[in-house]
Amino acid sequence: MGRYVVRRLLQLIPVFFGTTFLIYWLVWAVPGDPFAGKCGERRCPDSYIAFMTEKYHLDENVFLQYLHYMQNLLRGDFGQTFGGRSINDLIAAAYPNTLKLALVALAVEGIIGITAGVLTGLRRNGFMDNLVLVSTLFLIALPTFVTGFVLQFLLGTKWHIINPTVSSDVPFNELIVPGFVLGSTSMAYIARLTRTSIAENRRGDYVRTAIAKGLPMRRVVGVHLLRNSMIPVLTFLGTDLGGLMGGSIVTEGIFNINGIGREVYRAIVTKEGATVVSIVVILVLVYLIMNLVVDLLYAALDPRIRYE
Amino acid sequence: MSDPTIGSMVTTPPAEDPAVAGGTAPPDAGLPAGKQRQGKPRGLLGDAWLDLRRRPMFWIPAVLILIFVVMAAVPQLFTHTDPTQGLLERSRVAPSGSAWFGYDVQGQDVYARVIYGARASIVVAVLSTIGTVLIGGAIGILAGFRGGWVDAVLSRIADIFFGLPFVLGAIVILFTFNKPGSSNSTFKIMMLVIVSLVVLTWPVSMRIMRSSVLATKEADYIVAARALGASSARIVFKHLLPNCLAPLLVYSTILIGSFIGAEATLSFLGVGLHSPVVSWGIMISESQNYIRVSPHLLLFPATFLVIAVLSFVMLGEAVREALDPKLR
Repeated sequence: MGRYVVRRLLQLIPVFFGTTFLIYWLVWAVPGDPFAGKCGERRCPDSYIAFMTEKYHLDENVFLQYLHYMQNLLRGDFGQTFGGRSINDLIAAAYPNTLKLALVALAVEGIIGITAGVLTGLRRNGFMDNLVLVSTLFLIALPTFVTGFVLQFLLGTKWHIINPTVSSDVPFNELIVPGFVLGSTSMAYIARLTRTSIAENRRGDYVRTAIAKGLPMRRVVGVHLLRNSMIPVLTFLGTDLGGLMGGSIVTEGIFNINGIGREVYRAIVTKEGATVVSIVVILVLVYLIMNLVVDLLYAALDPRIRYE
Repeated sequence: MSDPTIGSMVTTPPAEDPAVAGGTAPPDAGLPAGKQRQGKPRGLLGDAWLDLRRRPMFWIPAVLILIFVVMAAVPQLFTHTDPTQGLLERSRVAPSGSAWFGYDVQGQDVYARVIYGARASIVVAVLSTIGTVLIGGAIGILAGFRGGWVDAVLSRIADIFFGLPFVLGAIVILFTFNKPGSSNSTFKIMMLVIVSLVVLTWPVSMRIMRSSVLATKEADYIVAARALGASSARIVFKHLLPNCLAPLLVYSTILIGSFIGAEATLSFLGVGLHSPVVSWGIMISESQNYIRVSPHLLLFPATFLVIAVLSFVMLGEAVREALDPKLR
C-alpha cells in the first residue's frame, strides 16, 4: 500500500507540471502586447513597462518565466494581478464560494441520483425505470447553461420561488438551485451507474443468502446491497468534485456567484495571466488529489482490491 | 487463420439472440438479405443490427438525426426565408401564423435561423468527433499495443490534457487565438473551435481504445497470428482494429451529442462562433437579455439544441445496448 501511494504521488508530479505549463504557455506565450489597454486610453509609461517587465520576467523566454512562477508558488505565493492585488487574497475570497457550490451540487446529485438509481435498479423495466431512463437521457442532453437559464427564469423571475441571483455572502439555501444546475449531468450518470450496479449485485449469492435467512428487505437493500453497489458510485462522486469546480464557470456566471469560475473568466477576458494560471493550478491540484484519494478509498472500501 | 468475429469481446453467447427473435418473427426474417447466409454464424455487428432494427429507441433518434443532417445540408428545403435578413420594425414579434417561431431582436425570422443553425452545430460536432476518434484511437492503439515505456509516456501525456478542466481549457485556447472582436473568418473560427474540442477530449477516446486493445491483445487469435509470422502492422490493422473499434464507435456517437452542447456553450460564453454565423448557441446567447419579455427567443433554439443532442445520445445508448446486452 505504502509503495503504491508513493508511486502514484511520483506519477502525479509530471502530470501536474505538464498541465500547469500547458496553461502557462497558452496564457503567456501568445503574441500581442501585454500592456495594451492596461493604462486607459494612453500608452503605458516606459517606467511602468520596465517595472512590470522586470517583475514578471516578461523579457525572458516562457520556460524561465514558468520556473520563476513555480519557485514563488512553492513558497506559497501566487503572485499579484496587474492591478497589484494579491492573488492569494483573491483566491481566498472566491474559493470557499466555489467549494460550497460544488459541495451542494455533489450532495444534490448524490441524494437524487442514488435514490433514483436504487429505486430503478431494484425494479427494472417498470414505469419508474423507464421514466428515470428517459429523464436521465434528457438531463445528459441538456447543456448546463440551458438548464440554468430555464430554472432561473421559471423559478426566479416568473414564479418568485428563489432569488434569481445568489447574494454576496453565498448562503447554502440559495445555492440549492445553482447546485442542481451544476450537478444535473452528473446526477444522470450517477442514477444510471447506481442502477446498473444494483441490478448486477441484486443477483449476487450474498443477497440471496440474506433474503433466505429472513432479513427484512430494508436491511438487505440498505446494508448488504447498497454497501457493495456504492463503490463505483463513490469513486465517480470523488472524481466529480474536481470536475464540478472546473465546470462551475457557466453556473457561477448565470447565478452571479462570486466564485473561482467567475474570477477566472474575468481574468481570461482582461488577460490577467497570473490569475488564470494560479486558479488552474489549484483546480488541477484538487483534481489530481481527488483522483488519488478515490483510488485509495477504493482499496479501503473493497477488501478484494489490494495494491501490492 | 480464423476470421475472428467481434463477438469475442462480449461475454453473452451470440446464440441467445435469435431465440429472443423467435417469438415474433420467422427464424430467418431478421437476416439481412444477401450479406449473411444461413448457417454462417453472425458476428457481433450482425447481432447488434438485428437487435437494433426492432427498437423504437433506435429508429426515433435515427430518423431525427437524418432530418437534422438534411437540415444542415440543404436548409432551403425547410424554409425560403433568409435567416440574416432583419427588419427592426418586427423586432421581438411573438410567434404567429405567418412566422411560427416569431422574430428575434434584429427582426430576423427565428424559424429560419433555427433551421440554418443546424449546419454550424453539426459540422463542428461531427468534425471534432472524427478528429478525436482518429487521434485518440491511433494513440490508444499505439500505447496499448506497444506497452512498456511508450505506453507510460503516452498515458502521462494524456493525463496532462485530461487534467485540464474542459470549459476552462477551451476558453483559454479560444481566447488566445480567437479574441472576441478579432476579424477571423468563419472557417478559421470553426477550425479553432474544432481543434480546441479535439485537444481537450482526445485522452478519453485514447483510454477507451487502449483498454480494449489491452483486453484483446492476449487473445488466442492474436497469439496465433503472431506465431504464424504476421507483422505488427498486419496484427494491428487486420485483427486488433476491427475487434477494438466497437466501444469507441459507441462513445463517438454520444460524443457528437455532447460536442453539439459544447459548441453551444462556447458560443454562449462568447469565445466560440459569433454573428453573422447562425448557430443555436449564438441564438441562445443573444436571447439572454430578453428572456423575461420574449422567452420564445430562448425556447426554440434551446428545444432544437436539446433534441439534437438527445438524438445522438439516445442513438449511442441504443447501439451500446445492442452491442453489449449485459448492460440492459
